[in-house]
Amino acid sequence: MLSRTADNLYWLSRYVERAEYLARILDATQRLSALPLAYVGTSNEWESAVATAGCAHAFFKLYDEANEANVTDFLAFSTANSSSIRSCFELARGNARAVRTALTMEMWDAINGTWLELQRYGNGPTSREEFSRFLRWVQESSLRFDGSAYRTMLRNDAYWFSRLGVYVERADNTARILDVKYHLLLPENERVGGPLDYFQWAAILRSVSALTAYHWVYRESLKPWLVADLLILRDEMPRSLSSCYEAIVRNLNSIAGAYGRQGTTQRQARGIRTRLQNSRMDGIFQRGLHEFIGEFIVENNRLGASITEQFLT
Amino acid sequence: MAGAEWRLLEKGLTQRVNALNAFIKDIYGAREILRAGLVPDDLVFRNPAFRPEMSGQSVPHDIYVHVAGIDIVRVDAETFYVLEDNARTPSGVSYMLENREIMMRLFPELFSRHRIAPVENYPDELLATLKSVAPSAASRDPNVVLLTPGVFNSAYYEHSFLADKLGVELVEGRDLFVKDEVVYMRTTQGPQRVDVIYRRIDDDFLDPLTFRPDSALGVPGLMSASGAGNVTLANAVGTGIADDKAIYSFMPEIVKFYLGEEPLLKTVPTWRCREEEHLAYVLDHLPELVVKEVHGSGGYGMLIGPAASKVGIEQFRAKLKTTPKNFIAQPTLALSTCPTCIEQGVAPRHVDLRPFVLTGRDGVRIVPGGLTRVALKEGSLVVNSSQGGGTKDTWVLDG
Repeated sequence: MLSRTADNLYWLSRYVERAEYLARILDATQRLSALPLAYVGTSNEWESAVATAGCAHAFFKLYDEANEANVTDFLAFSTANSSSIRSCFELARGNARAVRTALTMEMWDAINGTWLELQRYGNGPTSREEFSRFLRWVQESSLRFDGSAYRTMLRNDAYWFSRLGVYVERADNTARILDVKYHLLLPENERVGGPLDYFQWAAILRSVSALTAYHWVYRESLKPWLVADLLILRDEMPRSLSSCYEAIVRNLNSIAGAYGRQGTTQRQARGIRTRLQNSRMDGIFQRGLHEFIGEFIVENNRLGASITEQFLT
Repeated sequence: MAGAEWRLLEKGLTQRVNALNAFIKDIYGAREILRAGLVPDDLVFRNPAFRPEMSGQSVPHDIYVHVAGIDIVRVDAETFYVLEDNARTPSGVSYMLENREIMMRLFPELFSRHRIAPVENYPDELLATLKSVAPSAASRDPNVVLLTPGVFNSAYYEHSFLADKLGVELVEGRDLFVKDEVVYMRTTQGPQRVDVIYRRIDDDFLDPLTFRPDSALGVPGLMSASGAGNVTLANAVGTGIADDKAIYSFMPEIVKFYLGEEPLLKTVPTWRCREEEHLAYVLDHLPELVVKEVHGSGGYGMLIGPAASKVGIEQFRAKLKTTPKNFIAQPTLALSTCPTCIEQGVAPRHVDLRPFVLTGRDGVRIVPGGLTRVALKEGSLVVNSSQGGGTKDTWVLDG
């Protein structure tokens, strides 16, 4: 297939996935900031949200301080932020339009419908209730698009590239949450605990749709190192780094099989996957959680660059 | 249209397109028709559609116009006139296919009662035509692509529709590159050689190295690859020389000169305002004539005498006097009409018909039908879609 088509499909999925992730962060932040001050302490949740979204640099070029109004606007509706929910949907729809014939009718309807609906939100909702509805709508739109792709696409390279986009983006998103909140997840002997941390951990899990999953997997109350274990090493957790890389390797293998050729990307992805499989939580903590995640983000970006170089240009 | 009428038209179209191809080959080759004095030199050489780059170049299998859209009007039961030849990148075939699709869905009983010749094989015929004109050195299953200016082009829908039906890649300029005079497209499996480009981009934008240097739509080096015979462009570059409105008036001579036959389709009598006697006649008879710009298209910049106001006619007269050579004039034809649904019910509206004529190495293919364009305004003779024209399905009845 044309490199441009594959590139559009790959980024289309990435943008939709990113929009959903931003909605999840905003949702979790809204919950945290609604707690009484005694539970939350003095930390600025909105600043943390900007950092988790990975756009603190761009944000503080425009604003001196982070508060609910400007962070909500910046992450959800701003056209100045090329990674806002609005920008993500605009870019996704632009990509979809450019490769209209490579999409199934259902995928096109999903993304085009989302884009049309987005126009109705104008410069943003006026109340918190409406904003909550907006965030739910963003997540539903992403689910609808993802479901359409999963259910209707032919299982060929177009599908595999679109899946790669989902998982590379998802791995990056999960790693970013961990990167910003890593200090909350340090082992037992560090002084953590108390209501503030509890709600923060819950917020982390909620932002990756894993709160219920946590209870099913561990059957005990929230423990920070178990949160880290769930989001990094657990294959059965669909947003964990490990699970993302299982999917990335699988899709790259499908591409290699169809093209009859392995390349740098396949080797690179297998390398990351193997490292995750061979890691254990205590080892990660010994070397430093922050360092581990930092390295992962770099590796994941490098894989993204290799995919672009090997297939998309 | 009855089968017998269609067969007559089909013969005429085949003849017409064969003559167009022979004319273009001659203009960029031996130039016999100029030496014979049948067509004035300056009409060719000073024509903006003339491409000096093509002189002395050969194109694969000597075919220039692979896809032609010949606009036909009918003035009585047996008389068909060619209104215009479109030999560059004629559009509208997707409407022909979609109109038929919708009619079959809405009126299935009509289709079962009448034997209506199918048009849905057009994409197959087009693909066969395009494959047949691949360079001789190409593989037995040549790689055909459709080159579009991109999503912002008004005909993008048609481009993606056709690419889909043809089963070929829809490429933009940036998807292609030229290396050692060979064209490749960028794919996820590395560069893949391209043999035939069905291009829906105008000559001017095809290759920034040869034509407009500011064009971001084209492919640098494309002309060198086509000059080396490594890729077929369909249609070839420079075909605009044959569908020019001033050349149009010479078509009867052109048909006779190359084919030695009498033209089967009529050409509307045309006064060329560049000639003094013609200009004088035109200026005297403006209220009854249609005056068109030689290089115009889309139904713009023209005067329809019988429908124009006095002021309009006087304004046009002034324009005509300053640059007479930019204009031609023709009598106003009594275009046939067709019952058309309008808000008040059914009423007659003027129509023309654009059949699509495909020319490959193995001959001419025409699917029975075409794009019928309707002037939706009462009394209007302007059928162009950009000016509020509509389209209709066209039936050729078999048997």
